[in-house]
Amino acid sequence: MAKLAKSPWLLHYDGSSCNGCDIEVLACTTPVYDIERFGIYNTGDPFQADILLITGGINSQSESVVKQIYSQMPEPKVVVAVGICACTGGVFKECYNIKGGVDTVIPVDVYVPGCAARPQAIIDGVVQALEILQKKRDDFEQKKKAGA
Amino acid sequence: MIQVISVIAYLVGAPLLGGFLDGCDRTVSARMQGRQGPPLLQPFYDLSKLFHKQILAVNSLQLLLNLCYLVLLAIAGAMLFAGADILMCLFILSTADMFLIVAAASDSSPYSSIGANREMIQVMACEPLTLLMAVGFYLTTGSFQVKDIIAQPVSAVVMMPGLLFGFFVIMAVKLRKSPFDCATSHHAHQEIVKGLTTEMSGPTFAIMNIAEYYEIILMLGIVAIFFINATWWSWIVALVLCAVAFFLETLWDNISARLKWMTLFKGCWIVTLLAGGINILVLMLIR
Repeated sequence: MAKLAKSPWLLHYDGSSCNGCDIEVLACTTPVYDIERFGIYNTGDPFQADILLITGGINSQSESVVKQIYSQMPEPKVVVAVGICACTGGVFKECYNIKGGVDTVIPVDVYVPGCAARPQAIIDGVVQALEILQKKRDDFEQKKKAGA
Repeated sequence: MIQVISVIAYLVGAPLLGGFLDGCDRTVSARMQGRQGPPLLQPFYDLSKLFHKQILAVNSLQLLLNLCYLVLLAIAGAMLFAGADILMCLFILSTADMFLIVAAASDSSPYSSIGANREMIQVMACEPLTLLMAVGFYLTTGSFQVKDIIAQPVSAVVMMPGLLFGFFVIMAVKLRKSPFDCATSHHAHQEIVKGLTTEMSGPTFAIMNIAEYYEIILMLGIVAIFFINATWWSWIVALVLCAVAFFLETLWDNISARLKWMTLFKGCWIVTLLAGGINILVLMLIR
């Protein structure tokens, strides 16, 4: 963990989930799973978030919200799709109002499958996202140096 | 010479010690909730992360206003640690708060504006007691100068226990601890997103955090001058009691729910009137 991002702050958004995955995301913050031991902090503010955690498939109503939240997050940032609906649209894939997984709207870095995704799987997904976040941070630093 | 050293020690050491205390606060809070909690140095990881983020400025003014907040807090604390006028120190402290309020009000987010309004109410709730406290120090020791206050044969707290209790309540408001964290909170979720700091990101938010670390040390410094007297061991007593005060604030933070602004306002003024007012009356009578 030494070189990984040590202070990733989460932002959780529910695309159109049945709330199954959301409850598991909240379970990650409880004493049993305690994601704060990785320095992870569940913030409600896109301006201060590094990781966007999305549950549920995207429909026409949540599309603009997801895009706006993503654009409000400062670089470097990563997106984690939690649950099968957020990965591909899941059982709702064929519904008339569902566009599909989160990657139909914004770029996704880590996919966490499951229905509902278990807290262990979510934490594992977030820790994998940390590696990507660290890489993006290094790239961002280089770009900043090249620009300056 | 000692003055210069103590001011430099404050300016350099306060962010470090404040960050460390914040780390202790988070770890102790987690343990109180039955969790393992973050590493002790987590606040410093957070700061280094925030300084490496992209600056998403909502306007060009906010960063400058936050810097003013930081600088004024550093000046207020430096005055206390230089042994200068405590009244002036408290005035600069409230001026610093004004810059934070303007910084929060300068952006377009409604959550931020509500946070700014609530911070203003908090300043109004705190101000009477801080002034009474300065008056109390004068009545007890005959001077507003911190260097005279701490050179008395008997600690000031003997004459002003009510004001110390009142200041303990005010400190919870100033450190944004529950039940008084309605403007913005260190906890994850709040009904107004992050209140004051909703549209502060990256370096702007980091500067605000460093300013808060200066504020923690300033508050604990004021607690210390209640206990320090001419004897050398009173410094050790003061240090221990500062740690106890900080622990009690953390405990209070964890066992109470957030109050509405009206209750906060009334609560602070009632404490000011009862604890502070009666203490001042007694001081005036026995003088």
